[in-house]
Amino acid sequence: MIARPLLSVDRLTKAFGGVVAARDVSFEVGRGELVALIGPNGAGKSTTFNMVGGQLEPDRGSVMLDGTAITGLAPRAIWRLGAGRTFQIAQTFVSMTAVENVQMALQSAQNMSFNLWRSAHALHRDAAIGLLRSVGLADSADRPVATLAYGDIKRVELAIALAGAPKLLLMDEPTAGMSRGERHDLMVLVGALARDLGLGVLFTEHDMDAVFGHASRVLVLVRGEIVARGTPAEVQADALVQRIYLGKSGTLAAAEAGRSRGTS
Amino acid sequence: MPTRRTLLAHASAALILASSGTAFAQQPPVKVGELNSYGSMAAFAVPYRNGLNLALDEINAKGGVLGGRKLEFIIRDNGATPGDAVGVAEELVTREGVSMLVGTFLSNIGLAVSDFANQKKTLFLASEPLTDAITMGAGNPYTYRVRPGTFMQTRMLVDAVKAKGVKKWAIIAPNYEYGQSAAASFKRLIKEATPDAEIVVEQYPAIGKFAADAGATIAALDAAKPDGIFNVLFGADLAPFVREGNTRGLFKDRTVVSLLTGEPEYMLPLKDETPENWIITGYPWEQIADPAHKAFVDAYRAKFNDTPRLGSMLGYLVVYMVRDLINKAGAPETDKLIAALGDMKFETIAGPVTMRGLDRQSSLGGWVGLSTQKNGQGAMKDWKFIDGATVMFTEADVKAAQKK
Amino acid sequence: MARAICWSVWSSMSFSFVIAQILNGLASASSLFIVASGLTIVFGVTRIVNFAHGSLYMLGAYFAVTLMTPLLDVSRSFPMFVLGLICAALLTGVLGIALEVLLLRRVYKSPELLQLLITFGLVLVIQDLVIRIWGPLEILGPRAPGLRGAVSIAGVQVPSYDLFLIAMGPLVFGLIWLVLARTRFGILVRAATQDREMVAALGVNQSILFTGALFLGAALAGLGGALQIPRAAASPQMDIAVLTDAFVVTVIGGMGSVPGAALAALIIGQLNAFGIVVFPKSTLVLVFLLMAAVLIVRPYGLLGRAEPLSLRVVTPEGFTAIAPTSAPTWRWCGVLIAALTILPWAVDAYAQKIAIEILIFALAAFALAFLIGNGGLVSFGHAAYFGIGAYAAGLAVKKLGFGMETALLLAPLAGAGAAALFGVFIVRLSGIYLAMLTLAVAQIVYAVAVQWVELTGGDNGIVGVWPARWASSRITYYYLTLVLCSAGIFLLHRVLHAPFGYALRGARDSAVRADAIGLDVVKLRWLAFTLAGAATGLAGGLYAFSKGSIDPTLLAIPQSVDFLAMLLMGGIQHIAGALVGSTALHTLKVIALPLTDMWRMLLGVMIIAIVLLTPQGLVGGGLRLFRRSTRGGASA
Repeated sequence: MIARPLLSVDRLTKAFGGVVAARDVSFEVGRGELVALIGPNGAGKSTTFNMVGGQLEPDRGSVMLDGTAITGLAPRAIWRLGAGRTFQIAQTFVSMTAVENVQMALQSAQNMSFNLWRSAHALHRDAAIGLLRSVGLADSADRPVATLAYGDIKRVELAIALAGAPKLLLMDEPTAGMSRGERHDLMVLVGALARDLGLGVLFTEHDMDAVFGHASRVLVLVRGEIVARGTPAEVQADALVQRIYLGKSGTLAAAEAGRSRGTS
Repeated sequence: MPTRRTLLAHASAALILASSGTAFAQQPPVKVGELNSYGSMAAFAVPYRNGLNLALDEINAKGGVLGGRKLEFIIRDNGATPGDAVGVAEELVTREGVSMLVGTFLSNIGLAVSDFANQKKTLFLASEPLTDAITMGAGNPYTYRVRPGTFMQTRMLVDAVKAKGVKKWAIIAPNYEYGQSAAASFKRLIKEATPDAEIVVEQYPAIGKFAADAGATIAALDAAKPDGIFNVLFGADLAPFVREGNTRGLFKDRTVVSLLTGEPEYMLPLKDETPENWIITGYPWEQIADPAHKAFVDAYRAKFNDTPRLGSMLGYLVVYMVRDLINKAGAPETDKLIAALGDMKFETIAGPVTMRGLDRQSSLGGWVGLSTQKNGQGAMKDWKFIDGATVMFTEADVKAAQKK
Repeated sequence: MARAICWSVWSSMSFSFVIAQILNGLASASSLFIVASGLTIVFGVTRIVNFAHGSLYMLGAYFAVTLMTPLLDVSRSFPMFVLGLICAALLTGVLGIALEVLLLRRVYKSPELLQLLITFGLVLVIQDLVIRIWGPLEILGPRAPGLRGAVSIAGVQVPSYDLFLIAMGPLVFGLIWLVLARTRFGILVRAATQDREMVAALGVNQSILFTGALFLGAALAGLGGALQIPRAAASPQMDIAVLTDAFVVTVIGGMGSVPGAALAALIIGQLNAFGIVVFPKSTLVLVFLLMAAVLIVRPYGLLGRAEPLSLRVVTPEGFTAIAPTSAPTWRWCGVLIAALTILPWAVDAYAQKIAIEILIFALAAFALAFLIGNGGLVSFGHAAYFGIGAYAAGLAVKKLGFGMETALLLAPLAGAGAAALFGVFIVRLSGIYLAMLTLAVAQIVYAVAVQWVELTGGDNGIVGVWPARWASSRITYYYLTLVLCSAGIFLLHRVLHAPFGYALRGARDSAVRADAIGLDVVKLRWLAFTLAGAATGLAGGLYAFSKGSIDPTLLAIPQSVDFLAMLLMGGIQHIAGALVGSTALHTLKVIALPLTDMWRMLLGVMIIAIVLLTPQGLVGGGLRLFRRSTRGGASA
């Protein structure tokens, strides 16, 4: 018997006006697996992401999370079913400190957000600092999130996403704004989380190092349709992908990334 | 705190016009608190204040009140909402130590101050508010009203028009208390006067916004084909009503009865568009022959280089009433003032006036006549003065209202 | 029954009457459109809700009456009349430029709401200036030469000037369209309306664009006012009257949408023309009912567009970080409470009364700060809940015969109940549309209070609402107010520091993020709205007993604006802003009132001065001074 996939996306379709942003997008993400969704700008990556996360309602198709249909559910419901996410443009609570951001998510996870009486300042603070530590930000816990570097804000987002003890992480460009070294560290971290906690991770990325260096599988989206899928090596070898997407320099970069993974 | 208080003291000193040269004996002045909407209702309140100051100057030049005490009015803007007005009244009573309160123009402010007076057991002489609630349903032993109220003025008009026997009436009134109660009084009185009269259409535009839908409102009135129109619109609503009504032929061959239209405050802006032969209440100040009144007009024009309005006359008259009242009471104390005021008779520039103790309403009358134009200005013609005593609520009406 | 009445009314309408009403509706639609188009353009480009738009309209009318007489003396001809219209519009447009350059430009970096406060200060100043310059009596201007008479259409006398107006609407629409479609300025205006960031990114000189928008908007307002001269007298009250109408048209059409304004004006024109036939008292409320209905069904108005799902990070206009209340802060609170406790023994009865009012306003303003500062829910109709609390208390005492104690319990319940009910619809919207729906709801409540005379006493209100005997002494009532208002403020403050307060602020910072961590943003906002309603209702109940009377001005727009002004003057970024602002504004008013008839102008000037001098509000400005002085002291 084949294990039920963690996330199963079936023929998702979304059109804006006459423009089809996603057409019959189907894929699966298993536990412990890092799946990268790549494609040129405007290929429909964020649209697909937002349909999985609940920010957009698909015109057609279905999304199953761990056996539960989540198609068209509100993001908050999807989060409660175990999907944490980060955004292409980081979404944090800018009037709060890093640790307060994570505390908010923990309080929400414990259904305490409608509590009118208890002081929120210390509530789940230790656990929140623990989560920040796991993303390497414990030192900046009490800094207002608005004063952090963009890469650090992305990490806060990750900590927020992890606060709900998710089964699935949805990460829209998780390494945007980071230096090369930071990117690598973050992807290693995410890979470890996936492995250790059995999380499934779906991410989009422009940085080919991150994709071909860390993804278990890669989906290539072009004009709203998946045109190629497979392991990094398979995708790299796909002639169609090379022609319409990766181009020559991209191919080189991918090959390089693949080699560096082979050696590490 | 002291700085603010001195500030206030300076300010009130500046406002009090005590220009008379009479040296008053060491006795303290008799203080009266006056509050009105001088800012937001300047068209009515400022002439009122002028008349008031004129009378004060005259009185104090002649020795003031109570055999030589200066009569002093502390004049305040009431902030144009009932809440602010009650605060101002409080300041006048507790901080300035006034013996009584006078003033107010808007009905809701008059009522709020009246209730405050009742609570504080301070006499309040409401000079201008028209609402009948102030003497009837919401009346109280501390509040007396000078100006003829909505009912009295409506009754003057109905008495003037009933001989015509007009049966089909249209009513147009601003959509607030004054308009609504004038309309209600008119309905009641016209049916008493002409039993088979009927109201064929009523329109209640929001106050100050008649012009926005003037055409539609006039068309609605016209479509019901009334023979007579009872108009309660005034101020900024009156001019567009007259102008659009003329253009659309609304008034052609119809009897128009209009409240307050002859008061200079409302008639002046109409100029050469003043309609002819509307039956109106008003104030034909330039035609009143009574010598005391003439003297007032002359003094007013000399002092302010302006023609008097109805408010000027009222302000002037009210100060003299206050003087007579204080002199009769013998001391500026609430109990004595109230004891003196019930059924007290006054001689005023508008003739003898009795303050009826039953409903605490003065019998000050009004002028009813026809509208006309003279030299491109609105005026009244064929007018006569109606004694207020002939148009007041009946005693039975008053008692029924007081029982409630 | 109702249907029978309607039927009888409709069946009695003759064909010619229907034609007449359609034409009347078109004429008012034209007038409405011209003034509203200016408002919508200004909003679209600058995102400023220009309260002074009505004042510009009024000035346009006064300019026209002043200019028209000499112009028509030169030649009593229609072209001269048109020249007068154009001059009045251009003059008003120049004032718009002055407004932008001298005032608004100085606060672009401050919270957007402060720009609104400046425009509100201007409303007060211009009102008194107009009385000062042109006198308090309304002025009837000359009629348009050649258009004095009426034309017979289908047996109806239609004034020629109405036909001119009907033509002016489409003409102005066409001109605006030409400017927007064919000029570089117009393209920028459209781009800014759709996406301000993009324009900024294109390197467009924003201040020139804004100045241009204010010129165009003001000129349209002035033209709208000038066009009324042959129909209506210029009066110092015409500013507020037209402002609400222009708001309604703009919102129903969709803010920033000129075609939307045209459509909305057409609908409202016809609705009013026929509405008054069926319901003669309906003008007070009809348009607001329509606006509420439209916003509930189409949250962005008829032709307005939702802002694209924005992930942009914007600095929220409201409370910045909320730290745990520190020990020194608690100590200062203790000192303040102690001072307030001994205050009545140190001042006279009048000052005690003012102190009572300040306490009450502080609670109401703090509740508004809870909504706006912490929740990002800008309410333009806060007075509704204040008034509802006051009416609940007053009616409980006068109609139901309850005591003051029960009445003061019912006041917050009524405030909460009303907020909970209206909140269902209100909190589903956001931003300016939410604010406008709160305004519409407040106007509907206001209309009910004015119209339901049997229950509410109409605009005369209800008198004789005095405290119970035990609390009738001023000092006792002061302490009652002090206890209840401090308790209310303390409880709201507690909520601010509780997970709910955090979650609400989080939803303000990023609704997308809040949703993605399992928070039901709508429910959060609804509860916040209800809590604020309860606190404000309590304040209203206390106010009723302090004044002894209640009337519809308690829930009218000026009272709502007062609350906003208190909050913004104090500073929207700091929790204490509302408390300081309510104290400051009410004290200013109390001082200004007896000084001069022109106290409104004085108040307006002070509001503008405070906004310009301390854009962070009194608290923000005070903190900066304090920090500067301590830093200076340390370095010395």
